[in-house]
Amino acid sequence: MLYCQQCKKQAATVHVTEIDQGEKRERHLCQNCAEEKGYTAEKVVPFGKSLAGFIVQNVGAKELAELTCPHCELTFVEFRNSGLLGCPGDYDAFERALVPLIERAHEGTSHHVGKIPRRLGTPRPLENDLVRLRGELTKAVNEEKYEQAATLRDQIKTLETES
Amino acid sequence: MIDDLIQKPAEWLRGEGPMSDIVISSRIRLARNVAGFPFLSRATDEQRCELTSILRSNIDGAATGGQWTYLDIEKLDELDRQILVERHLVSRNHAESKGSRGASVSKNERVSVMVNEEDHLRIQVLRSGLQLREIWEEINHIDDKLEDRIDFAFHPRYGYLTACPTNVGTGIRVSVMLHLPGLKLTGEIEKVFRAAKDMRLAVRGFFGEGTEATGDFFQISNQTTLGRTEEEIIDGFSRQVIPRIIEYENIERRKLLEGRVLALDDKIWRSYGVLKHCRTISSDETMLHLSHLRMGVNMGRIKILDLATVNELFLLTQPAHLQKFFGSRLNGEQRSEARADCIRRRLTES
Repeated sequence: MLYCQQCKKQAATVHVTEIDQGEKRERHLCQNCAEEKGYTAEKVVPFGKSLAGFIVQNVGAKELAELTCPHCELTFVEFRNSGLLGCPGDYDAFERALVPLIERAHEGTSHHVGKIPRRLGTPRPLENDLVRLRGELTKAVNEEKYEQAATLRDQIKTLETES
Repeated sequence: MIDDLIQKPAEWLRGEGPMSDIVISSRIRLARNVAGFPFLSRATDEQRCELTSILRSNIDGAATGGQWTYLDIEKLDELDRQILVERHLVSRNHAESKGSRGASVSKNERVSVMVNEEDHLRIQVLRSGLQLREIWEEINHIDDKLEDRIDFAFHPRYGYLTACPTNVGTGIRVSVMLHLPGLKLTGEIEKVFRAAKDMRLAVRGFFGEGTEATGDFFQISNQTTLGRTEEEIIDGFSRQVIPRIIEYENIERRKLLEGRVLALDDKIWRSYGVLKHCRTISSDETMLHLSHLRMGVNMGRIKILDLATVNELFLLTQPAHLQKFFGSRLNGEQRSEARADCIRRRLTES
């Protein structure tokens, strides 16, 4: 059993990963000590905030501070503090900052392969091919088959230009 | 509606369905937002009300499998809202937030569609035992019917758009509630936690998000919603994760029966004794003893009770249910007394 780093008596049930100026720090605390330190159940993972350091590293702080959605006027800083987006348009408005964050939360991917609304029709063969190829690419990279990955990447690029 | 609800146990606690000795319930929820509206954190009060009225009328038209009742959560009193949380029909967050919001609930309590939760719509289907494939068929059908009426926010790259990017893509959350007293008793439960973490699954307590995984009840759910199809996510649970945990739990139960049967029986019957004769009891202690009783029934060590009675007690001993039955507001101390009364009465009747 992992014990709380603070009181060293209770089991650690709250696990917090903080990224501060590029440095990753993990804390393992029991419920009580976590609450004392301000990590209450709701506050444990304010999605945007815990990843703030990560995003700044990838996109640049100044550029981020200026990002504002033209539709709902939410700023990226506001999203970072609440963890909640303001409107569907934010996904495009904050794209550059959001993609690394989405990929981190979803095992390295930012492409939907699931259900598509019926009103948009059945997916075109091209889209299906892309979905399949992207899946194969992830698998190839995970299995360290880099030659195969390079071929797949080229195929994806060609298909993307066609679409 | 609430008064009708509490007259019978929730269907998901009936103790039926495959693997119900270990799997208490299975749940799938889908997050959806209406295209052309801001997410709720940026919606004005007027837009919130407009969303409620659009969604409410369209949900009525999409109802499947019997009648659904729409509950105006904003107008319900605190106790009634709490009843819905205890029956897993709405989230704690939905019960406690503010502004125009509601939930459409099917009569058998299998389906609940929350309006204006974190997303405009949170559709959930909940059933007893391990029934994820069946639930997916049901919820997918409801989603299709809703989609015939409402345009949901959808992006060609990111899929269904949600207020929090952790839900984007499929918007799916698959959760399975497990009763694992064997693994807990033999101290092997930590291995399950570690394996779940490696597979990027979240482990929570009896009441889901924000509750600690204490006692012998664990809710396991996916965290990744993007990059895999709904079927892949569900199959991962139904074919790999859950069967393996069930197998481990059964191995530990067999070990207990082979080597520690006296200690096991002692634990079960002591818990029965406490519950049958206590005069005041906290909710944590109740959960602990009910868990032993449930284990005793499922392992054939205690035959004077059935699973449905034990399961029902989990619900009846929750704070709001107790107060509803006793017909008055009770403080903590009074609740402990009322809880002991309620349990004693049930165990004597059965």
